[in-house]
Amino acid sequence: MPLDTKSPARPVNLSRRGFLASGAALVLATALPLRPARGQQGEAPAVQTLLELRPDGTALLRSPFVEGGQGIFTAMVQIVAEELDLAPEAFTVEIAAPGAGAALTGGSASTRSSYDRMRQLGASARAMLMQAAANDWGVAVSELSTEPGAVLHDGSGRRAGYGELAAAAMDLEVPATVALRDPATFRWIGSPVPRIDVRDKSIGRAKYAIDAEVEGMLLAAVQHAPRLGLTPSGIVNRAEVEAMRGVHSVHLLDGAVAVVAERFWQARRAVEAAEVTWAEGTAEWPMPADFSSAGFRDALAGDTGEPVEVEARGDVAAALDAADTVIEAVYDAPFLVHGQMEPPSTIARFNDDGTLDLWLPNQSPAQFRAAAAEAAGIDPSQVRINSQTLGGFFGRHFLYRTANPFPQAIALARATGRPVKLIWTREEDFLRDAPRPLGVARFRGVVGPDGPVALEAVTIGEGPTQRWYGAPAGADVSAHEGISGKSYDIANTFVGQVPHANPAVVGYWRSVGHSMHDFMYEGFLDELAVSGGLDPYEMRLAMLAGNERLRTLLTRVGELSGGWRPGPFDAGDGTTRARGVAMASPFGSEVATIAEVSLDRGRVRVHDIWTAIDPGRIVNPAVIEAQVQSATALGVSQTLLEELVYENGEPTARNFDRYPFLAMYDMPEVHVAIIESGAEMGGVGEPGLPAVAPAIVNAVARLTGIRVRSLPLSRHDFG
Amino acid sequence: MQLTVNGTAREVDVEPDTPLLWVIREELGLTGTKYACGVAACGACTVLVDGQPTRSCVTPAEGLEGAEIRTIEAVEETEIGRRVVEAWVEHQVPQCGYCQSGQVLAATALLSGTPNPTDAEIETAMSNLCRCGTYNRIRAAIHGAAEA
Repeated sequence: MPLDTKSPARPVNLSRRGFLASGAALVLATALPLRPARGQQGEAPAVQTLLELRPDGTALLRSPFVEGGQGIFTAMVQIVAEELDLAPEAFTVEIAAPGAGAALTGGSASTRSSYDRMRQLGASARAMLMQAAANDWGVAVSELSTEPGAVLHDGSGRRAGYGELAAAAMDLEVPATVALRDPATFRWIGSPVPRIDVRDKSIGRAKYAIDAEVEGMLLAAVQHAPRLGLTPSGIVNRAEVEAMRGVHSVHLLDGAVAVVAERFWQARRAVEAAEVTWAEGTAEWPMPADFSSAGFRDALAGDTGEPVEVEARGDVAAALDAADTVIEAVYDAPFLVHGQMEPPSTIARFNDDGTLDLWLPNQSPAQFRAAAAEAAGIDPSQVRINSQTLGGFFGRHFLYRTANPFPQAIALARATGRPVKLIWTREEDFLRDAPRPLGVARFRGVVGPDGPVALEAVTIGEGPTQRWYGAPAGADVSAHEGISGKSYDIANTFVGQVPHANPAVVGYWRSVGHSMHDFMYEGFLDELAVSGGLDPYEMRLAMLAGNERLRTLLTRVGELSGGWRPGPFDAGDGTTRARGVAMASPFGSEVATIAEVSLDRGRVRVHDIWTAIDPGRIVNPAVIEAQVQSATALGVSQTLLEELVYENGEPTARNFDRYPFLAMYDMPEVHVAIIESGAEMGGVGEPGLPAVAPAIVNAVARLTGIRVRSLPLSRHDFG
Repeated sequence: MQLTVNGTAREVDVEPDTPLLWVIREELGLTGTKYACGVAACGACTVLVDGQPTRSCVTPAEGLEGAEIRTIEAVEETEIGRRVVEAWVEHQVPQCGYCQSGQVLAATALLSGTPNPTDAEIETAMSNLCRCGTYNRIRAAIHGAAEA
């Protein structure tokens, strides 16, 4: 479909009589100028958002972003509804049409990257409806106004619903410029509008990729090689497997064995019965047979290579040399699986005209389309990506070459001549997930009577943006964000990265580098405070002198928690508790968090988390609160429990039974304050996570005197 | 074998040890019941068997003949189920939603036996996992449904 590239902010009128079977009357499209994916060079592809106004007065919005629990459909509706002047309840939302391409959903960027265009889209439709009414009534547009869903003429008292006007509006030009609403008069932007998908998700009606079905499809299950780089050389009991009930066929794939059957359970049972012999094959990232996460942690900690400079100020070397006391510490954080509740799946169907349809969970349809076309050996224009609601994502559904089922589904559909739905069991998901990388950072610092005077921090490792987009060390923000990008005023600082390849296939995990680096930096900052005899909260306030935005934020979280009170103190219920504080600056937003902990039979118990978040400007405070609660839960989970351990080249856990994560009994109370400072709009899906771990470990240090420099806490004994 | 699901007797032809989850999803086409771990660790597959919350991913179909099996699709057919769903909407519980079928049925079973559960009783009964971390809203919604 053609888009106006000269004036991309101006929507395009795509209305055609009979254009859509739904009987849509007015169809406007706008192209989103997408930011490139992390590390991606050059222009990212533009994508379309469609707004359809129907004769019954309802609207359909085709979202360029995928909904996976973050509330993006609701936020998109709020923005368009505000400018269109149509109540949010009158909207339905679908993911952007297959084949039209859609945006990358990630980086907590959906709302902030599309906000202006979505307003423009709604305002343009409203202007056209008003023009249609003006033409019909023979009055000037300037005499008209709207109320939700209708155009009004005060002079005559005439009123027409949007649905009645839509057919006439479709023949009009899209105005070159439209006035946007004064934010002071917003009704829905900035309001806690209820999520649009909550009822369906409460009664089992929401459909995910794993629920999709196409006519004539077969079901498939795979058994992966225990390590990347191995490939099947044969199946000892192949005849037996082929004879199992429901089995259609057995296939040797690159690095896996597959069984296709009438039912998934039959396929799974058969593939697990297969006695596969594995031989050395080829892989882009072969996993060494002796790889262990413990050994890799030691290798990173022992890598004394020259760091690539990321940030520098003053003269750290001189300040360290001149100091009587230099504080040194090494921090680490483990590999983590995404653990999204919906296991990965893909339906692949080759159509009679040679095109390929795919139904699959994904966060970046354009990238998946290109990769699927390559896997199928056809042109990308021949591939349709049918994006589905995600049963959680947290970074799981980006394009990771060895972590997505679709190449196998495509191969099986081609081999069988039938549509095939492949589901990875949880065990196969654990084996081929692209985990959050294990990370290590080394710190040296000097503290004076008024706070830190020197801080040197070096991360060692490889970030996912280097792996997937080739970003070089230093320029790969995912390898140091959360240690870089801090706002504290320290006279002498150096942040660097020592590149060190990771044998595992690493990926993006909610809040990416921030998920571990803020833990490391903010923990070390508290070590400096302790060494200098300074209060960690007051020290941070002093280090933010002149930064009113962050001083306000830190002050606000202090107030939210009832006033800064580090403890230890008697909570009156038999427990002794302490509090810790931390800050983070992730994805364009600013966050300050306080945690309260106690010990329960040697285990850390987190009672309360207070978080103040400043995303600059806000669309839906209820969605922001829910996202902060959710990010907090994942932050508490990784702090207390989570760790993917590798031994002999394989993860020792293959399912949730041996990879514990947060359950209800460990969930703290979460208190959220939202500050709308008016700064540039930041993200909300990820920023609630990074400050949780350091706030907890700082509280634990206050309570026990034990400084934890290695997550998770379940690895440590607090007696 | 014959299974009674949501009040209707259904004839299914499966291996006797096929887990109830896959009978419900693949033979009966009821996809509200979710597969997530397959080892009874998470509860996404929870259904009610004679009113008891049951992890259908590890429950063989054999032996269930004559039992009353209720899935999320029929949750609103009981008064308590309706109240739980309303409370879930009121408290805006779901995020990605994938675990919520199991959560709603586990909560319905809890309230059927314990009309006014304490926090401790809720924590004991609600062992279902939620990766979006909606636990506090689940607890609040159960209290809300109890009061309704």
